[in-house]
This record gives sequence, structure tokens and C-alpha cells, in this order.
Amino acid sequence: MAKEMPTALERFLNGILPENPVYRQLLGLCPTLAVTSGVASAMTMAGATAFVLICSNVMTSLIRGFLKPHLRILIYTLTIATFVTIADRFLAAYMWSMSKQLGPYVPLIIVNCVIVCRCEVCSSKQPVFVAASDALGQSLGFGLALLSIASVREVLATGAWAGLRVLPDTWPNCGAMGLPPGAFITMGLLLGLVNWVSARRKTLKSSAGSAK
Amino acid sequence: MEYLGTIVMIAVSTALINNFVLHYFVGICPFIGVSRRVDMAFGMGCAVTFVMTVAAALSWAFTFFLLQPGAPVTAWVWHAINPGAAETVDLSVLNYIVYIFVIASSVQLVEMYVRKFFPKLYRSFGVFLPLITTNCAILFACLEIMKHISGVTEGVHAWGLDKALIFALFGGLGFTLAIVIMAGIREELDYCDVPVSLKGPGITLIIAGILALAFMGFAGVDAGLRKGLSPKPEAVSQVVKETAWPRG
Repeated sequence: MAKEMPTALERFLNGILPENPVYRQLLGLCPTLAVTSGVASAMTMAGATAFVLICSNVMTSLIRGFLKPHLRILIYTLTIATFVTIADRFLAAYMWSMSKQLGPYVPLIIVNCVIVCRCEVCSSKQPVFVAASDALGQSLGFGLALLSIASVREVLATGAWAGLRVLPDTWPNCGAMGLPPGAFITMGLLLGLVNWVSARRKTLKSSAGSAK
Repeated sequence: MEYLGTIVMIAVSTALINNFVLHYFVGICPFIGVSRRVDMAFGMGCAVTFVMTVAAALSWAFTFFLLQPGAPVTAWVWHAINPGAAETVDLSVLNYIVYIFVIASSVQLVEMYVRKFFPKLYRSFGVFLPLITTNCAILFACLEIMKHISGVTEGVHAWGLDKALIFALFGGLGFTLAIVIMAGIREELDYCDVPVSLKGPGITLIIAGILALAFMGFAGVDAGLRKGLSPKPEAVSQVVKETAWPRG
């Protein structure tokens, strides 16, 4: 049984592209769409999510021997809620304006499917080290996905990337990209792009394999 | 009639203008996952609406009586324990944990009820019913209600139970509306020639974007409604019709 489980390194690498939480598993879409109007807020959100994900993954891995099967989801949620409260208080104390800007989406990390999913899939079955590296990989993948969407949206909407001007001043700002419709459309097109690239790579690889 | 105006404003603005799915991006997972067939989507929307209303009522009560700074029950217990204490207790740090508990238990309640009285509906829901627990829309409704109770400085503008219930009910109806429209479009989409890499979630997100664009058209309705409701409330329907396209 233990042999079939992926190792720590596999778990870490899996999170970045093959099982990317946003593009492949389509989990945690609510914060992904909501906070990506700017790179700065997206990165803060990714950081908070990473903190909660790593802490709760380690925690569930530590207590996995004591969990009763029918109570486990409740225990996961309470663990996550505790760490989210910590993260929320921290943001309110040290980054007040950012905390204001993120609004209800920091507490909404509690119901982010990525975290419950990782607790269920990995950390409730594997030891602490594997669980931690899995959480690290997943949060890296989540952060990269958020960064990609936020970059496209912020550059198109304001002509700036993380506050730095990158496009010429004559750029007509597409305000809609910063608004809800832009979020949905950018996300949909990027999802299509990722699918297209990976399908292409697969066909290239298989054709190279058959030529050999 | 001032009261009726406020209620109508809250209802219209939660259901249409600031639609939970298309404006605040909460409840996206069921919006993408369950919107394949109209009947499933409608059932899901009804379940979410019901759970949201129950959870909102419970969380309003918890917030108002226990959790907000200077809440009556907490203050009473605190003064009973150490009489003569000048300061009050603020339990608002426990908000999130309490809300999650409330939501999880409301979902359990609904699950038991549906299993007992509508076994067919229960089987068609499958795994989606317990998943309502992790539906962000419900927690979001609780958090908004919390903000309108303990976030306001003077007690004058704080929401009572009535406004919280209207907010949750119409938020749920707005969710149902969005997910049913989406399911209707996706049923037609089965006959369309969609690029392979956009199939499934990709095209759904793009359509949701266009839908959000359409819903942005409601943005001016609230100004017209407010204007129509406050001076002459008896002419409501007529004024709504006239001001549906503001600053045309």
C-alpha cells in the first residue's frame, strides 16, 4: 500500500503542472477569479493560501491516526478555519490596506476546495514530510496560476504590471479586464491555452516515440 | 414606506446587480460543475437557497447575541462571572469557526430532510449535497451579514434579522438564476462545434464572462429604483419601467 503512494518529490512536482490546482483540477476558482485584478493582491492571496495550506496539511498529517472517518471533513474544516483566522488577523495587523482590498476573500480560504482536497487526498494518508512537500508544490502551482491570470488582466486593464508601467502611454486601457467579465474570459482563454499546449506536447512526444 | 424601499433595494441589488456568482465570484465550483442540465441546476439552486437562508438566520443570531463586540449574552455572562468589570468582551475572532460549524450543521439538516422526504431527489444529488458545506457563496453571505452587524460604527444602520434573511434569500435566488441560465446555454452548447481545447470548463468560463457582461447592465437600476421608491412609493412599477435604462 505504502509503495503505491507517490513520494515527496513526485508530490511536489505534481502540484506545479501535472496536477495544477487551477488549470488541471479546476479547484479554488472563486479566489482565482476574484483577486486577480492586480498582481499585488493576487500574490498576497497566494501567500495566505500557501500558509494555510502548508499548516493545515502538516496538522492533518500529524493527527491522521486519531481521525474518525465520518468526522474527518469537520476536523479538516475546523483546522483550516483556525489557520485562516491567524492569517486574517496577521493581514489586518500588518497589511491593512491589502486586507481591506481582499475583503471577504481571505476568510473564504476556509472553503477553498484546494485545501480540503489536499487534506483528503494526501495528508490524511501520508507522513508529515510528504504532506508538507505536497502542500508546497500545490501552493506553488496555485501561486503561478494566479500570477499568470493577474499578469494578463492587470497589463491589459491598466498597462502596468504590479504598478510598473510596461505598455506605452497611448495604450487604451481595457477597463473591462479588471471587472468580472474580464476575469471569466481571461481564465477561460488561458485554460484553453494550457489544454492546447499540453495536447500538442503529448502528440509531439508520441510521434517522436513512434519514430524511434 | 421607507422600510419597504430598503427591503426592495437589498433584494434587487443582491439578486441582480451584485449577483453572487457573476459579480462576487462566489459559488463558482457548483456553477461550473452542476450546470450541465437544467433540472439538476435548478435543484442545486433551491438547495443552496434553502441552506443559505437557514445558515444566515443562525449566523445572524450567533453574531448578534454572542460574537459581536459588546454582544448582550456574552456581556451578561461576563458580568455574572466577574461583577464590576468595566470592559466588555469581543469574541469576533471566533467568527469564522462558528460560521463553518453553523453551515456544516445546516447542510446536515437539509441532507437528512431531503433523504427522508425526497429520496429520488436525494439520489440525483449524489455527492453535491454535502459539498454545499464548502460552497463559498454561503460563507460569503454569512460574512456579509457579519459586516452589516458588527462592522458598522453606529447601531442605527445595523441589519436586523429581516434584512439578513432577505439578503440570503435573494442571494440564493440570484445564484439559482445564474446557474439555471448557464445550464440552459450549456444544453444548447452540446450541439455546437467548440474547439477541442476549450471544451468543458473553458467555454463555460467564457460564456460566464459574457453573462457577467450582460448582468453589468443592471448596474444603473438601483439608482432609478431608489429615486422611484423614496418619494412616491405607490408609483413603483411605472417608475421601474421608465428608469430601467438610466442615462440613455
